[in-house]
Formats: sequence, structure tokens, C-alpha cells
Amino acid sequence: MAAEPGSKPEFKQRDAEFTTISGQEIEPLYAEQDLDPGLEERVGQPGEYPFTRGPYPSMYRGRLWTMRQFAGFGTVEETNERFHYLLDHGQTGLSTAFDMPTLMGYDSDHERSLGEVGREGVAVDTLDDMEGLFAGIPLGGVTTSMTINAPAAILLAYYVLVGESQGVPPEQLGGTIQTDILKEYIAQKEWCFPIEPAMRLVTDMIEWCSREMPRWHPVSISGYHIREAGSTAQQELAFTLKDGFTYVERALERGLDIDDFAPRLSFFFNAHVDFFEEIAKYRAARRIWARELRDTYGAKREESMRLRFHTQTAGVSLTAQQPLNNIVRTSLEAMAAVLGGTQSLHTNSYDEALALPTEEAVRVALRTQQIIASESGVTNTADPLGGSWFVEKLTDEMEAAAYGYFARIDELGGMVEAIRRNFPQREIADASFTYQQELNERKRIVVGVNDFVQEDEEPTPILKIDAALERKQTDRLAATRARRDGGAVESALAELKLAAAGEGNLMPPIIAAARARASEGEMIAAMQEVFGTYTESPVF
Amino acid sequence: MEAATARKIRVVVAKPGLDGHDRGAKIIARALRDAGMEVIYTGLHQTPEQIAETVIQEDADAVGLSILSGAHMTLVPRVVALLAEQGVDDVLVTVGGTIPADDIPELKKLGVAAVFTPGAGTDEIVEFISAGAAERHARGE
Repeated sequence: MAAEPGSKPEFKQRDAEFTTISGQEIEPLYAEQDLDPGLEERVGQPGEYPFTRGPYPSMYRGRLWTMRQFAGFGTVEETNERFHYLLDHGQTGLSTAFDMPTLMGYDSDHERSLGEVGREGVAVDTLDDMEGLFAGIPLGGVTTSMTINAPAAILLAYYVLVGESQGVPPEQLGGTIQTDILKEYIAQKEWCFPIEPAMRLVTDMIEWCSREMPRWHPVSISGYHIREAGSTAQQELAFTLKDGFTYVERALERGLDIDDFAPRLSFFFNAHVDFFEEIAKYRAARRIWARELRDTYGAKREESMRLRFHTQTAGVSLTAQQPLNNIVRTSLEAMAAVLGGTQSLHTNSYDEALALPTEEAVRVALRTQQIIASESGVTNTADPLGGSWFVEKLTDEMEAAAYGYFARIDELGGMVEAIRRNFPQREIADASFTYQQELNERKRIVVGVNDFVQEDEEPTPILKIDAALERKQTDRLAATRARRDGGAVESALAELKLAAAGEGNLMPPIIAAARARASEGEMIAAMQEVFGTYTESPVF
Repeated sequence: MEAATARKIRVVVAKPGLDGHDRGAKIIARALRDAGMEVIYTGLHQTPEQIAETVIQEDADAVGLSILSGAHMTLVPRVVALLAEQGVDDVLVTVGGTIPADDIPELKKLGVAAVFTPGAGTDEIVEFISAGAAERHARGE
């Protein structure tokens, strides 16, 4: 039966919500006439501006994504063992999770660290620890990702010095350090300094790395934590890109050439469980970044416009109930990341709503990626979903939503000012509360939580962190303090303070203090004497 | 204040320790506020001393400790001990977060009234706190 051109036939519908997990309305059917004109130009070809279809022409036919499982717990010995385990099982890159005290700039023997050492990641206090963490791993032969932000400059200094001790110069070190401080104030909430000095440190790292570490990504602009804090996909996209533009603007103000540093900026997105919405998010991200870098920031090199990203499946989507179901969620999320064109991927383990993962759970998570790569067939062609009316429409809508947020943030005076006024924080809190209400009202179903519930579940074996590890780590730190040249540490810290009060790049004095075996906590405290600390006024 | 005037239930929602996972704490704070309670959210990175002081100063009926860092077996006993040292023994102490099942009996032994783990609904939590606080008010405390 022929319908009127442009009209939609009537559909029989179940009594259910037909929205994405972010609340975006979805039509019963998509067709060519739903798309605005100019599609060919907006979508383009893989590896070509505006990179909607992917950053590289051949995508996974040319090279698979990097399988990069985030790991870290206990002291450096336990984590080094896990690194070797992952490399032995076919992992292709390393990714380090640090514990809470390390992320907040406290040494393991600080009173605030009590009970937290090695719990959520590995404890690193001094260069001695960093040497232990990468023992037996040639840094010239792997790429390493380090998830640390406020104290990132210090951990980068340690890494550079471990490379030096292995005979690998900084220009040969490959990897990524997160350094994305804006999303800390927005979502992850691990900070050491007020926003302005923290932004200076980020810019110092971009500047220093653009000169000394051409293979290194000094900032990984991260939406992951924004999403985990409860944002929608649209908020994740908009706030992350706006953070990215803010770093670009700071580096330009510093006098750097856009094409010298922009190719080394990379991104980190969440892969949530709403399959097509996530794919649209990645496609929109590439297109927006390419356009803004070229047209607003004057980039000339394609590498500057080409957005590349790491993905982690959504921790927040995992359930403590019937944890084996999480393997299925993670598979769907990983598939969305791959069909969205990710460059590297971490798949969560099924037991992570309960604790840090066991070895068995980590292995299944890694195998999930290997199954997608080797068995599913989705890697055979670049951007298999390109040109799908639904996917392209969702991509356009995602892009429009991001520009809507950009305008609101600009009205507030830019991202830093918007954060000071709690704008992104409030948007995220509202979104996360709305979602929770939808679960309470069973407008949305999470299997095993508010439907298909199973009573009397068998307990899942979990990884236990031995409380004795805290003592082991504080003993290590005491040994380093006893062994090092105290006078050299004192003068290196004094130099660092002086530099913080001045205007020069802070990387060289941080490296000097790291070399003298000053601890992370000592360096942070020295800088805090000049910079001060940060306290948020929370909104809920 | 007249004894007959129903006093609003006062709840401190606190984030002890160093982890920044505040999604749950904020959702609970808002759900309790929407249920008509007076909610004091401490913000992040609080020491047990700061939390105990807030509970006492705010004359709270209940305190919810949200911990996702694995440090609960260090932080919760300290908060409970500090409250006891100050002679506060009638405040309903609840804990929420990624708490392994094995640790729950030990926390309860310390006097924690309830532990809410991932997937717990806000309705269930609101109900628990209102019932506990109503008991405290009935005792005239």
C-alpha cells in the first residue's frame, strides 16, 4: 500500500517507553526524508574530513583497536604481576589504575590515606614505586595509559625517569596520561589545587610534551567519568568537547601552534548500554571536533582535526545482582564502541559492581574483545553502519544537542566559569536523579534489579585486598625516605615552590624533584603552599 | 518549639574518605529531601572527625555514609566510635556503596542499622530512615 510521500504509516505499539537511556525520543521508523540535506558532506568517507565515518580509511582492516585493560591494586608488586598476566594473555597496551591517595596527592603514610592504600588502584609514592610497577616491562615496546589527573605531572615525571633508567629517551615513550582536570571538578572529584593553577599545570604538560615527547598524549579528554556520574550521552559529549576546546584555547594563549599540539590530544568516552545512541555519540564527536579545530581554531593539518578515542564500557551499567549478566551488557557496549570506531578499549569485568575484578573475570572481559575482533566479522569493513538513516539521524541530533550546550556554557562565560557556577554539575545531578526515578517507577527496566529479579542468589567470589598491603606500602615509603639524600630532596622541593610562584614551565622542576626521590605527597604539598587547595560547594 | 509540632527528620548524608563517587550520595540526598526531610550533605572527602562533628552540630536523627573506595572497614568504625565518645548513641547510622556481603555482619555488629548495596531503591532507603527517625522522635530525643 503506497503511503503519502513524507507521511508515516500507523504502527502497532507495545505500551512501553521508546526513548534512549538518555531520554531521547525515537521514531518508529527512519527513512531518507528524515535527514536534512547535505548528508554526503556531513558523513564523508572514513579517514577524511569531517571523519564522521572514522579517523582512518581502512579502520580495523588496517589495525585493530588496542585492547587495554585498566589494572591496579595493592602495591606495585601485585599490579606488576597483573600487568604481566594481561600481556601474557594477548593484551596489547597497559593501563594503570592508581589508588585514591595517589589520585588525591597524599602519600601512603598520610593520615587521610588510612584504609585507602591500594584499595581502588595501585599505590605509588615515589620513583622507587614506579620502577617496581614497570619492572620487566620494556617501555620502548609497550604503550602505557595512566589514569591520573591533579598530580599527573608528577606521575609523568616518574614514568620518564623509569624510561631513562631503561635507556629509553622521552621521545620514544608512547602512551597517554589523563590530566583532564576540568572533568574532575565536573564529575570525578579528585583534585589538589584550585582550577586556575590546575589549568596551568595541564598547559605546562601540553607544552612540555609537544617539545619532548612527540609520541605521548599529554591529555586524554574524558567523558567517561561525566557519564559515570550520571550524565546523559548528550551531556557527556558536550561537556567533554567543551573541556577539550578549553585546553586548546589555553595552549593557544600560551603561544603554541595548534598543529604542534592538537594531534596529541586524545579522548576517552564511555560505552553505555544504549547501543545506537552511543554509536551516534562517537560519530558526532569526531565531526564536531574536526569542524571546530579547523574553522574556529585554525588547524591546517588533518591530524589536528582527527579525533581519536579510548573507550571503557559503562561501570554504571553493571549490576550487583546476577553478575554474569554483566558479560552480556559489556559485550553490547564493546560492540557499540567498535562500531563507533574506537582506537582502544577497556571492557569491564562482570564482578565490578561488587569489588575490583578477579583474574578470571578480567580474562573473560579481555576475551570479549578478542571474540568481537576475531569472530564477529564486524572488523571486515570500515564503518559498517555509515549511511543508516537511523544512525545518521541520531548523529545529527546528538551534534545539535552538543551545540545547544556549547551555547549555554558560552553564555555563562566559558567552561571554567560554568564549573564555578555548578552548571555542568547540576545538569548531571538532575539527569542522574531523573534516571533513578524512572527505575523506581519501572519506566525503565534493568534486568535483575527492577524486573526478572532472582531471590537467593549464590554469592560471587570477589577479589579481597589484603589489609596488610597498606603496611607493606608504608614500609616501602619509609625505606625510600631513609635511603635518599634528604638535603637534595629539600632543595629540589624548594626549587619547585619557587617555580610554582613564578611563571615558568613546572615540568623540569618536577622531574628534578622526582629524580631526588621526593614523594608525590611532598611535591603536591610544596605546590599547595603556593597554589592553595580546592573545596566544592556541592549541588544535589 | 511546641512538643506537638512534628519536627522534621534531619539527616546527614556524608562522603567519608577520598573517593569522588558522589552519584549515589546525591541521589539519596535528593530523594530524602523530596520526602520532606531536612538533608545536610557534607560534600566530598570528609574525615570521620568532620562527619561526627556535623552529625552532632546538626542534631541529626540519622547519618548515611556513602563509601565506594573499599575503605569502609576503616572509616565506618571510626565514625561510630567518635559518635560514641561524644555520648551520641541514638543516631541511626546507615552505610551505602560497594560493600562486600562478608563485611555487612561486622558493620552491623558495630551498630550500623542498615547497609544499602548497589541496586537498592531510593524508596526503600527513604522508608527505612523515616521509620528509624520516627522511633527516635517517639522516644522524645
